[in-house]
Amino acid sequence: MAIKPLKLSSYTLTNALGAGLQASLTALQSERSGLSTCNFDECDLSTYIGRVDGLEQVEVPAQLQEYSCRNNKLTLLGLEQDGFVEQVRQASERYGAHRVGVFLGTSTSGIQETELAFRHMNPHTQHFPNDYHYLDTHNVFSLVNFTQRYLNLKGPAHAVSTACSSSSKVFASAWRHITSGYCDAAVVGGVDSLCLTTLYGFNSLQLVSEQPCRPWDAQRNGINIGEGAGFALLEPAAEGEACLAMLGYGESSDAYHMSTPHPEGRGAIQAIQQALNTAGLNPDAIDYINLHGTGTRSNDSAEDKAVVSVFGKKTPCSSTKGWTGHTLGAAGITEVVFGCLAIEHDFMPISLNTEEIDPDTSANIVQQSQQRNVKTILSNSFGFGGSNCSLVIGRTE
Amino acid sequence: MKQVYVESVSLQGPGLDGWKKSLPILTGKASYKYEDIPKLSPSLLPANERRRTTSLIKIALQVAQDALADKMQDSKNYATVFAASDGDIEIIHRICTALMQPGKPVSPTHFHNSVHNAPAGYWAIAANAQLASTSISAADFSFAAGLLEAVTFASCEQQPVLFVAYDVPVLMEPLASARPMYSAFATAMVISPTKTTDSVAALKCSLKQSGIQTVSANKELEKLRIGNPAARSLPLLETFSCNADATVQLPAPHETILSVEVSACPK
Repeated sequence: MAIKPLKLSSYTLTNALGAGLQASLTALQSERSGLSTCNFDECDLSTYIGRVDGLEQVEVPAQLQEYSCRNNKLTLLGLEQDGFVEQVRQASERYGAHRVGVFLGTSTSGIQETELAFRHMNPHTQHFPNDYHYLDTHNVFSLVNFTQRYLNLKGPAHAVSTACSSSSKVFASAWRHITSGYCDAAVVGGVDSLCLTTLYGFNSLQLVSEQPCRPWDAQRNGINIGEGAGFALLEPAAEGEACLAMLGYGESSDAYHMSTPHPEGRGAIQAIQQALNTAGLNPDAIDYINLHGTGTRSNDSAEDKAVVSVFGKKTPCSSTKGWTGHTLGAAGITEVVFGCLAIEHDFMPISLNTEEIDPDTSANIVQQSQQRNVKTILSNSFGFGGSNCSLVIGRTE
Repeated sequence: MKQVYVESVSLQGPGLDGWKKSLPILTGKASYKYEDIPKLSPSLLPANERRRTTSLIKIALQVAQDALADKMQDSKNYATVFAASDGDIEIIHRICTALMQPGKPVSPTHFHNSVHNAPAGYWAIAANAQLASTSISAADFSFAAGLLEAVTFASCEQQPVLFVAYDVPVLMEPLASARPMYSAFATAMVISPTKTTDSVAALKCSLKQSGIQTVSANKELEKLRIGNPAARSLPLLETFSCNADATVQLPAPHETILSVEVSACPK
């Protein structure tokens, strides 16, 4: 049975392509990647990253100074784009501050503060610097706490941290909290920022590419790590209202391996199928699929099997990781909003950097930018621990 | 706000070695004494996995397994909600220490164990649980936020949920001083959308803009309650243990309160 759609009444995006929706749209349409050679902090890995320029200069307001860290600076920069803060303010006035929830995804939150605190530890006393605040920066909830305070919202709130599916799963949490009557609207999204933990962590698993990532390419050899922030304001769609909405969601667990997807895409198939079921749609209603498409050999191969098993070989798909890199806990919201841009501007982004499609894959990978009617999209996000989430976004009738 | 049902409860904490042994303390019939948590070795984990997992993962999986008890063979039929404030800070210590070494040799096992959903991932593999699973944090309010996520899941999806809340202190300095915690603590409960013959209590949750949080009935347990985010559950667990009807007010994010109306289900 189809669920009641949740309207995306406002949304915004900030990543290596720039701050705000227009920067992402222009880059997607002009096929300009945001990836650049890695110059982050003390990282000496030979790789590409999707870095947000000028983040270091963002100033956190004085009354929220204890939250200041790279991840919350990115949160702030992201919130301040596209009139999003004003849209939330109006929703808060409409419903009441305690009736607007905040559900945000992240994988590493402000962990960089702890990395820096270790580096700047007093060598004699072994104490961290005095301005280090674990709970307000590093803790997974920090970005939600910061966002609630910045937007003055007092509704239900939590951070979802299920690795790379985090900021897709927040849509499902928001839907359940709204449907159960605990809030009337919700700010959802996710923020993840560059840090040495993820750069060297993924490198230790031999998953980081020395080149710009090439999803679905025969020569693909890993991911590029990116940073990003994205937010959406969700409210129930009025009866018969024509709007852009979350139509369906699907969540599943691989129950297979901590850092490798099920080779046949078992969990991915369950998530996709459930997203279609809750949307009340058949596979042929999906015009475009934004793939998780990290560019690792195992992800793309498993996801290809999952997509082909549900949709066959015709539905156009692409991975947009070649633009932003893998923004981890922000990947879900980033790619949902790319899907929204595809619907609003009737185009399908190509799978950037994909040159020679892996002959062992069969999905219909978009390699030439196409201007065509896009009404309904599916976005896939799969994470470590076997956490899968698929979302269907589209126009309501 | 729909009513949901608690089907079973488990816990593990200092001097609180499982639900049954803890009942006299929780009901106030026996006095509480702090004792170190025994070395846990959840039987659902294969031996090789037990070696790779951390004390945080072990305590989470132990209470999860204890909450299902004789229903473990049906473990694949439960969706899961895992709630913890901090995740594995001990692993963070190890990663940050490695990042200071030449070549920054982060261990791949430490890295994949560092994700907040590591306990959920190990549970899914060991329990063959392929249904929806989420891992959340709301810092010191993680128990209330996790309970609300589990309650909304059960009532919206009409499926039973295994809800697990856990937090473990880091012992290494200087992180131990940066995030002090009194002791490890974990609790799990099965929450069902419908009443069954196993139902312990009915729950009705509502959010309040302000209010006074319920404290533990036992002064000694109160130290544990305020000293570990997962132990914020203690007043609720005490209510379950007494088969009492009561309203328990749990601290929730941004100075709000999750008010839980508990009605005991007579056996």
